[in-house]
Amino acid sequence: MIDKTTLWTVIILLGIGSFGLRFAFIGLIGDRTLPEWLLRHLRYTAVAILPGLVAPLVIWPEATGGVIDAPRLIAAVLTVITGFVTRSVSAAIAVGAASLLSALYLLG
Amino acid sequence: MPTETTKSIFWQGVRDGVPFILVVVPFALLFGVVATEAGLQVYETLTFSVLVVAGAAQFTALQLLQEGAPTIIVVISALAVNLRLAMYSAALTPHLGAASLKQRGLVAYFTIDQSYACSVHKFEENPHWGLHQKLTYFFGTVTPVCPFWYGFTLIGALVGSAIPDGLALDFAVPVTFLALISPMLRTPAHRAAAMASVLTSLIFAFLPYSLGLLLAGVAGMITGAQVELMHTRRAEPTLEAAE
Repeated sequence: MIDKTTLWTVIILLGIGSFGLRFAFIGLIGDRTLPEWLLRHLRYTAVAILPGLVAPLVIWPEATGGVIDAPRLIAAVLTVITGFVTRSVSAAIAVGAASLLSALYLLG
Repeated sequence: MPTETTKSIFWQGVRDGVPFILVVVPFALLFGVVATEAGLQVYETLTFSVLVVAGAAQFTALQLLQEGAPTIIVVISALAVNLRLAMYSAALTPHLGAASLKQRGLVAYFTIDQSYACSVHKFEENPHWGLHQKLTYFFGTVTPVCPFWYGFTLIGALVGSAIPDGLALDFAVPVTFLALISPMLRTPAHRAAAMASVLTSLIFAFLPYSLGLLLAGVAGMITGAQVELMHTRRAEPTLEAAE
């Protein structure tokens, strides 16, 4: 169970921090431009954090006690392929969910 | 082109925002359900969505909270996912920076993937638009998106406890993340950044406090930037010829 104090600290800090990031330029910095090297690193923040977060969840799923699991791996691969090919988040979620449930039914 | 009234510009924004409902609804529902499964109360889940308004960061925070990561790591990792919002803010500034402080505060709160993508595209298409028209369009784009984000978070939180076991909800978060990431892998630099992040995270998974994730983030960003630099250098002669 998540500790309530921790939860509210995270919600509030994340709320303030996210607003801060959104307000940073339009509110405070105005028209001044950022150095190119910084922008170049900022472009990759999402693809740098999210795959690192998801990789252990795919390889060592909690539900199986950290043992690699065929249905979950198949669903993960199909989700990535669908998202990559269609460029559609919704299509990838739909294929991922459908393949996970069918793979669990067939193999589980 | 017919004369554009404020009203018609607002509705253009609404129309351009509507397709995103298809993305926002399942995502918001899922956040509500997953948060409830993680033990959050309905009002806690809804507050989360209303204050943060950023799905990927919310899922990141929730996942790390469940893993028992320290507060500071949870906040840093989720904010790192949200760093792109600062880029959006920078991109909107030349267009909307002249608005009043109150309006800029509202624009900042509603700066999301969808409003940014629609607005920057539209503002470049319509350089004759003034500040008022640009603001009107911007708020038009979020009108169909944000209410659905809050509303379906709430619905997800309300139905969350009624969802039967055996639906493998443990894997809903990984599938959602993978679905979010894979369309982003457009360029070799993005793919290299993702690969570096995955490898670093798996290699350093043994580190306490989810520190491996922070290392993965840094490794991914540096890799992406370096690969981009390599490609630009190689492509420069052709670029100049094209110009």
